[in-house]
Amino acid sequence: MSKEGIIISLEHLSKWFGDKRVLDDVSLTIKKGEFVTILGPSGCGKTTTLRIIAGFETPDDGNVYIGGSLMNRVQPHKRPVNTVFQRYALFPHLNVFDNIAFGLKLKGVSRSEIETRVMRVLKMVGMTDYEWRNVDSLSGGQQQRVAIARAIVNQPEVLLLDEPLSALDHKMRKDMQIELKQMHKQLGITFVYVTHDQEEALTLSDTVVVMNEGVVQQIGSPTDIYNEPVNCFVADFIGESNIFNGTMIADRKVSFMGHEFECVDEGFGENVPVDVVVRPEDIYIMARTDRGQFHGVVSSCIFKGVHYEIIVNTPDGYELMIQDYNPFEAGMEVSMIIKPSDIQVMRKERITNTLEGEMIDQTHVELLGCGFECLPQEGLAAGNKVRVEVDFDKVELTDDKRDGTCEGDITFILYKADHWHLTVRAENGENIYVDTQDVWEDRDIVGINIRPEDMRITRAEESAA
Amino acid sequence: MKKFFARAYLILILLLLYAPLIFIAVSSFTESRVLGNWTGFSTKLYSNLFSGSMQGAAGSLMTAVYNTLIIALVASLVATLLGTLAAIGIFYSRSRAKNAVMFLNNIPMVNPDVITGVSLFLLFVFLGVTQGYVSVILAHITFCTPYVVLNVLPKLHQMNSNTYEAALDLGATPAQALRKVMVPQLLPGMLTGFILSFTMSLDDFAVTFFTRGTVGLETLSTYIYTDARKGGLTPELRPLMTIIFIVIFVLLLIFNIRQERAAKKKALLK
Repeated sequence: MSKEGIIISLEHLSKWFGDKRVLDDVSLTIKKGEFVTILGPSGCGKTTTLRIIAGFETPDDGNVYIGGSLMNRVQPHKRPVNTVFQRYALFPHLNVFDNIAFGLKLKGVSRSEIETRVMRVLKMVGMTDYEWRNVDSLSGGQQQRVAIARAIVNQPEVLLLDEPLSALDHKMRKDMQIELKQMHKQLGITFVYVTHDQEEALTLSDTVVVMNEGVVQQIGSPTDIYNEPVNCFVADFIGESNIFNGTMIADRKVSFMGHEFECVDEGFGENVPVDVVVRPEDIYIMARTDRGQFHGVVSSCIFKGVHYEIIVNTPDGYELMIQDYNPFEAGMEVSMIIKPSDIQVMRKERITNTLEGEMIDQTHVELLGCGFECLPQEGLAAGNKVRVEVDFDKVELTDDKRDGTCEGDITFILYKADHWHLTVRAENGENIYVDTQDVWEDRDIVGINIRPEDMRITRAEESAA
Repeated sequence: MKKFFARAYLILILLLLYAPLIFIAVSSFTESRVLGNWTGFSTKLYSNLFSGSMQGAAGSLMTAVYNTLIIALVASLVATLLGTLAAIGIFYSRSRAKNAVMFLNNIPMVNPDVITGVSLFLLFVFLGVTQGYVSVILAHITFCTPYVVLNVLPKLHQMNSNTYEAALDLGATPAQALRKVMVPQLLPGMLTGFILSFTMSLDDFAVTFFTRGTVGLETLSTYIYTDARKGGLTPELRPLMTIIFIVIFVLLLIFNIRQERAAKKKALLK
C-alpha cells in the first residue's frame, strides 16, 4: 500500500491503565476522506484509541502518525484534528457564537472572517438564529449540533467523534445519522467515529473496525464485516447469527448439527474443528419435504415488522433462529436448506483451555490466581511451572462464588445452537472458557471449579529467561 | 400561642446577638470618653477618625486600619491563587494521594489559632524571615488557603471535565485552557473563597500577634488589644466598628441577593 492518501496510521499501539491492558497491539490505517467507525462493546478500548489520536492519552507502546508525521509526543492543541465529545463539552460560560468562535479566536482569525465562518457552520448544522443563545438553554440535540459546529469551523483534516449520538433519543439519532453522512460528503474530510451501536456503524461507515478487549478483531467494509465475520465475536456482535461448532471434513465440505453441508471454503485441512456462522435470513424454511437438508419443529414465530422471526428445534437438540417473510405456526414440522455460499466457516481461536500454572505441592496447582486440587503429579515438584489443559465442558460454574475454588465474572456469552459458550474472567484477569447448558447472565459473579481428573498437566518448557 | 412563643424566642436571640453592635453604634454618636455615658448627639468621633491626627496609646488607629486592609487584601488574593491551583491539582490526582492531601488540607482549619501562630513564629525565626509585614502576610496566606481549596473543589466536581480537553482540542495551550475555560467555571467558588479569606484575615488576632515581630506593626485587632491594656479603649474605635459592621452587612446583603437571583434564573431555565 502506498503512503499516498493515508492520513492516520496507528502502529502497534498498547496502553495500560494500572495493571489493566486496555489496548493490545492495535494497528490501523485510515485513508484521507474516509468515514471510519471503531465499533465495540463498552470497555473494548475504542474510546482510548480515539483519545490517543486526539492526544489526550499517550500510548505506552507503538506510534501514531497523522499526515505522515509522528505525533506520539505532540500535544492536543498542535494536532490537525478536532473532537466532538460524547457529553458535548460545550463551554457553559460562553454563548453559542463564542463557543463556536473559540478556536478561531485563538488562531487570531480576523473578526469579520470569524463572523462569516461561524454563520456558515451554524447554517450547515441547522442552527441559524441561535448564535446569541446561552448553551444551557439548548436541548440535547441542539447542543450536539453546536458541538459539531465548534469542531468543523476550524476546518480540521480529521474529525473525531466519540459516541456523539448516544445521548439522543432514537428518532433524533436517525436524523442526525443522515445529517452526519451528508456533512461528511460535503466537507470531504476524514471522520473517525466511535460507537457501540452496530447498526449506526453499518449505516454510516466506509470502513468498520471491530474491537474487543483492546484487540482489533476485524477491519473491513460494512458488507465484509456482516457477510464474512472472522470470528464468533464479530459474528455475534454484528447482527443476528446462528453459530455452531463444526468440523471441516475436507475442502468445500463441513459438518455441523450432525449433518454434512457443502460450502465454499477451502484450505482449512481435513477434520479440523471450526466455528460455523449462518445468518437467520440465509436459512430457507419450508413445510416438511424430503428435499430439505435437515428437518425440525417450529417452537415460536414472532412478527417483526418486515419479517417473521422463527425459532426451530431440530431432533438432535439444536435451536435455530430463522427469518422469513412467511409465518410458520408453532408445532409445525418444517424442512430447511442452506446454500453453500451462505455458510461462513471460521478457524477456531482455541479448542480447549490452556492455562499457565505453578505446582504448589504434589496435589495442588496454582491456576488463575487460585489454588486448585489436582491428581498426584509424579516428577513435578512445588514451584515447577506447568501447562494445564481443561476442556470447555469440564469447567463447572457455581451460583455462589464462595462455592467455587476461584472467583470470576462472566464477560461474554455466545449461544451456539445447543449450548452456551461463556468467557469468564478469573480473579487474576486471565480468561477461562466454559461450555454449559445452564443459562447465565452477563456480568454474573460466579465460582469456578475444576475436578482434579479433568486437568491435563504437563511441565511447561523452561523459557530462556 | 405556640407561634407567639416561637417568635418571641427568635426575637430575644436576635436581640442578644445584635445588642452589643447596636450599643456601640449608638454610642459612636456622642463625645463622651466613657462608654455608656450619653452627652448629646455629636459626629466628632467620626471626624476625629478621618482627620488622621488621632493618636491612641498604641499609635495611629488609621495606620492600623490600613495595615489590616492591605494584609487582608494581599493574603486573600495570594491564597485564592494558591488554593485554586491546589484544588485543581488535588482534583486530578489519584484517589489515594487525593485523600492524603485533603486530610493535610483540613488540619490547619481545625488547628487552634494559637498553635498555628506559635509554630509559624518559630518557623519564621528559624528561616530568618523578616518579622513584620512579610511574616504576617505569609502567615495569613497559610491559614486562608485551605478555605479556598474547600470552596473551589465542588466547582471542579460540577464542571464537565471534557471542557478542558475541548479547549486543548480547539487549539488552546494548557495555560490558555486554564484561563479561558476552567477559571470562568471555577470563578464563583474562587470568589467565595476570596471573601472568606478576606474576612478571616481581617479579624485574625492570635496568628498576627505571634508573627508580627517587634517592629511595632499593628493591625486593628492587635491595636485594640494593646490599647485596652494601656487603659481604656480609644473612643474613636466606636465609629470605626460601626462603619466596618455596616460595610460587611451591605456586602452580605448584595451577595445574598445576587445568589437568590442566580438561583431563580437557573430554575427558570430548567
